[in-house]
Amino acid sequence: MMAVRERFEYDLQELQKKLLEIGNFAEEALHKAIEALETQNIELALQIMDDDSHADLLYEEINDLAILLIAKQQPVAIDLRRIIVAIKIATDIERIADFAVNIAKSTIRIGSEPLIKPIEHIKQMHQISTEMLRLSLEAFNDDDIAKAKKVADMDDQVDDLYGETIKELLQINLQKPEFLPQITQLSFVCRYLERAADHVTNISEHIFYMVKGRQYDLNN
Amino acid sequence: MPVMTEKANPNVKTDKLNAGTKENKKVVYNTKDLNLWYGEGHALKNINLAINENEVTAIIGPSGCGKSTYIKTLNRMVELVPSVKISGEILYRERNILDKSFKVEDLRTSVGMVFQKPNPFPKSIYENVAYGPKIHGIRDKKILDEIVEKSLRGAAIWDEVKDRLNQNAYGLSGGQQQRLCIARCLAIEPDVILMDEPTSALDPISTLKVEELVQELKEEFSIIIVTHNMQQAARISDKTAFFLNGEVIEFAETDKIFSTPSDKRTEDYITGRFG
Repeated sequence: MMAVRERFEYDLQELQKKLLEIGNFAEEALHKAIEALETQNIELALQIMDDDSHADLLYEEINDLAILLIAKQQPVAIDLRRIIVAIKIATDIERIADFAVNIAKSTIRIGSEPLIKPIEHIKQMHQISTEMLRLSLEAFNDDDIAKAKKVADMDDQVDDLYGETIKELLQINLQKPEFLPQITQLSFVCRYLERAADHVTNISEHIFYMVKGRQYDLNN
Repeated sequence: MPVMTEKANPNVKTDKLNAGTKENKKVVYNTKDLNLWYGEGHALKNINLAINENEVTAIIGPSGCGKSTYIKTLNRMVELVPSVKISGEILYRERNILDKSFKVEDLRTSVGMVFQKPNPFPKSIYENVAYGPKIHGIRDKKILDEIVEKSLRGAAIWDEVKDRLNQNAYGLSGGQQQRLCIARCLAIEPDVILMDEPTSALDPISTLKVEELVQELKEEFSIIIVTHNMQQAARISDKTAFFLNGEVIEFAETDKIFSTPSDKRTEDYITGRFG
């Protein structure tokens, strides 16, 4: 089959690249946020907050590119869904990058007060949710709904860890009520990571919509 | 002569759920196992299409796919080609137009056609529209005046020409000429209007005017339009048939064709991957 619309294909690929870029950025931001929390590195936390404008910039670029593609190329069917879905995924990822900022803010609020316990569960949640994010971007890139489904299924693990961790933090609170501010911040961090995983689940749903042309609820 | 007993093409995906008659619309044209050859060339292969009344049906496909041939069989214009052979049935209002007993003059009274290039007669605007009714024996000037005005209004060109009805139609712009041809078609009060790439020679604004007109006309007429412009098909039609190499690959609601087509070849065509 003769390849036509080379320019269109090229621009679509540019859009996918930008999406990977914002995805990688969000993943990196979460890494740094958890590192800053664990090492109580205020400087790194401040830097994460500073860097977030880059995610906003990428998000705007993706929107502009998508709007131009629609206006100039009049895409239909899967092409149109791919562009609309790129905008939606960018929105979810931009939100995930915001959670990294929120975690950084919690780190700053905890300050130099020694952590009441090692943050193993939080690190696990972070590890699973960033893995989900990376897989979801691969699934988008390859139109791979099997992978997208796998990502959505992984969300259960994050939800379970979230439930356990919150329960544990509440118990610690009973024993050491003087640590309430820190416990609150750590609970927030858990919540941010749990929400981040939910946004990745949304991404999986977008991929299903893109490939299949109808809505699927993967949140069970 | 090739064998006439070929079965309906099992690869054709007709969306039964959607292409059905939600509002119980009547079928105006029912094509059954239509095959057509130009000499040895098999131009239409096992075409089965049921076209509803008061809808716009778009026919799309790459050059040489048979879409123009198909629309020209619907008013039997295709018979003008000397070497043509046809098998199958085309039922217009349940009567087979390919039957020898079906008078082509009767068919053309019910089925008007608008062509790619505007082709007004070298006569006044008025005479262009009055020509058909006059042939059908209408002589009363008052009635003719009424028909001319109604037809020009119907074709959304009345306001632009009402003060110069006696001027030569060649003085009109291309877009106006095309709407005049549509008015000429309306003057015989047809049942169906066939359009063979009616806007391909028009500028974008004239194109949009004709498209708007098509939308209005479907209230009264059934319209079958061949178009190279896929966005046009998407904008104005209710159903779309995708032709490829003489076959109907897919026939469904236009919404479905342009969002989630069933056949990969349809998807490749509408997304501009080939053709």
